[in-house]
Amino acid sequence: MNTALFIVQVLNGLQLGILLFLIAAGLTLVFGVMNFINLAHGVQYMLGAYFAVTFYALTQNFLAATVLALIAALAFGLLLEFVVFRRLYDRDHLDHVIATFGIIIFLNHGVKLVWGAAPLSLPIPEALSGSVRLTDGLLYPLWRLVIIAAGLATAGLLYVLIAHTRTGMLIRAGASHAAMVSALGVNIRRLFTVVFGLGAMLAGFAGIMIAPILSVEPGMGDTVLILAFVVIVIGGIGSVRGALLGALVIGLVDTLGRSFSVDTLRLVIGPSPARTIGPALASMLIYLLMALVLYFRPTGLFPAKGR
Amino acid sequence: MATVALVPVEQPGWPLAHERWAACLFLIFALLPLFAAFSGQSYLVSLFARVMIFSIAALSLDLLAGYGGLISFGHAVFMGLGAYAVGILSAHGIHEALLSLPLAILVAALFALFTGCVCLRTQGVYFIMITLAFGQMAFFTASSLAPYGGDDGLTIAARNTLAGFALLRNEQFFYYVVLGCLLGTYLFCRMLISSRFGRVFQGAKENAVRMETMGFDVYRFQLIAYVIAGSIGGLSGFLLANATEFVSPAYMSWQRSGDLIIMVVLGGLGTRTGAIVGAAAYLLLEEWLSGFTEDWKVIFGPLLVVAVLYARGGLVHGVDALLRRIARD
Repeated sequence: MNTALFIVQVLNGLQLGILLFLIAAGLTLVFGVMNFINLAHGVQYMLGAYFAVTFYALTQNFLAATVLALIAALAFGLLLEFVVFRRLYDRDHLDHVIATFGIIIFLNHGVKLVWGAAPLSLPIPEALSGSVRLTDGLLYPLWRLVIIAAGLATAGLLYVLIAHTRTGMLIRAGASHAAMVSALGVNIRRLFTVVFGLGAMLAGFAGIMIAPILSVEPGMGDTVLILAFVVIVIGGIGSVRGALLGALVIGLVDTLGRSFSVDTLRLVIGPSPARTIGPALASMLIYLLMALVLYFRPTGLFPAKGR
Repeated sequence: MATVALVPVEQPGWPLAHERWAACLFLIFALLPLFAAFSGQSYLVSLFARVMIFSIAALSLDLLAGYGGLISFGHAVFMGLGAYAVGILSAHGIHEALLSLPLAILVAALFALFTGCVCLRTQGVYFIMITLAFGQMAFFTASSLAPYGGDDGLTIAARNTLAGFALLRNEQFFYYVVLGCLLGTYLFCRMLISSRFGRVFQGAKENAVRMETMGFDVYRFQLIAYVIAGSIGGLSGFLLANATEFVSPAYMSWQRSGDLIIMVVLGGLGTRTGAIVGAAAYLLLEEWLSGFTEDWKVIFGPLLVVAVLYARGGLVHGVDALLRRIARD
C-alpha cells in the first residue's frame, strides 16, 4: 500500500467526516430535542450551496456570499419550521417521514425551476485555491484543509455553546426530557425554533463549504441525508459528541473502503472477482458497520441520557 | 418515544364499512378491463395492473407497520429481490413462472429472515433506520451486479410462461392474474390478522412487555410476520418484473421504500383497504398530475404535506367520517 496515497485518503476521509458532522449535528439535535425525523435536512444542505452560488454571483466575494447564504439558510429553515414542522412535533414519526418527504420532492424540483437543472459551480476563493505540500511530491488541495479546519472550529463552537451556555444547557435538558423542561417553565416552542434554526444553518454551512469542490445540483442532498442518518444512529440519537465520532468513523471507513477495497480483496481472492466485489463491498461497508453497531448497542454508541 | 396510537380508535360499525369498501374496490378492478375496452383507453389496463401490484406490496407493509408497529423503511427491497429473481433467471434463459415465482418468494423470505433477526432487536426509530441500512446494502449489491446490468438495470426478454404457455403475455390475462394475487393477499392478510397469531402480533404493538409477561415470545411472532410480509413483497416483485419486463436497482431505492410508506399511511394505516386505496391514490395522482405538467412534483410534494396535516388517519378514515356526517345530516 502506497503511504502517500494513504495519507491523502485519510485526509479525504476526514474532510467527508467533518462535512457529515456539520449535517448530522443539526439532525441529531432536532431529532433528540423534538423527537422529529427531518428528512428535509438534506435539502437544507442543498439550498445552502445554491444560496452561496447566487450570492457569489451578486457580490463576487466569497466571504460576503457565505454570510448572506448562511442568513438565507437560517431564514429558510425558520420559514419551513414556522409553516410546516411546528404543526408536526406532537405527531407520529410516520407523519414526519411523509411530510418531510413531500418537502424533499417539492424542493428538489423547485430548485430545478429556479436555478435550472444543469449543475452549477462555485469557484474556490482565490487565496485558498492552491495546494499544500504535505511531503515531497505530495500535494493536497488547500480548500479541503480549509473545510476540515472550518468544520473543527464549528465543532469547537458547538461544544462551547452546548456545554457552557444557558441555551446549551436547555438544549441538553431538552434532549433528555423535553416534557420536563417545558414543565419547569421554559418556553419549549422557542427552544425548538432555536434548535431548528441552528440545525438549518449548520446544514447550509456544509453546503456552502462543499459547493466549490462538488457540482451544485438538484438532489445533492439525498445521498448525504442517508449518510447523516447513519452517522446519528451510530453515534446515538441526540448526542452531538456521538455525531462527531460517528461522522469521522463513517467518513474514514467510506473513503478508505472505496479506495482500498479492491486492492485488499485482491490479496484474498483473485484480481478479477475483486474488481467486481470490491466496489459493492465498499458501498456497503458503512451500512454493515451500522448494522453491527445496532446489533451490539441497539441505541447507538452514546445514547442521550433519559431515553 | 411517541407511543401515541397510530390510527384513531376503530368506531363500532367500522369493520363492516371497511369490508364494503374493499368489495367496491375489487369490483372496480374486476370491471376495469371491460371499461378500458369500451372506451378504447387500453393503457388503463397496464396502469391498473401496476396499481394492484403496488397494492400487494403496500398490503404487506401495512401488515408490519399498521398492525405490528414495525415501520420498515426498506420494504422496497423485497419487491426488488422478487423482481431480480425473475430477471436473473430469464437472463439465463429460464422463463418459467412455476420456477421463478417460488424462487422470488424464497429469496425475499430468506432475506427477511436474516435481516429480521438483526432488525427486530431494535425498536422505534432505530428499527426504521436499520431496515433502511439493509435496504441500502441490497441496493448497492444490485447496482454492482455487472453481469446483470449493474446500475442500468436488466431488460427481461419476455414475460414468464405459465407451465410452458405464454398466457401471461396476454395483457388481459396478466391483469386478472394480478387481481387474483391481490385478492388472495387481501384475504390472507385478513385471515392472519384475525387469527390467534395476528392477535398476539397486534398485542405486541400495543404493549410488548405485557405480551412477554403473558408468556408469548414476541420476537418470534414479529420475525414470522416479518418473513411473511417479505414473502408477499417478493410476490409483488415477481409481478412487477413481469409487468414492466425490466428490473433495476431503483426498484429497491430508499425513495421507493418511502413511496410504499406514503401509500400505506395516505390510505390509512392498519386497515388493509387503506393500503389499496393509498397505492391507487398515489399512482393515479402521479399519472394524472404528470399528464398536466412536467413540473408535477412541485404540486405533488405540497399535497403530501397537506394530506399529513389535514387527513389524519388516512383517506379511508377521512372519507368514512365524511360519509358519516352526510348520513347524519
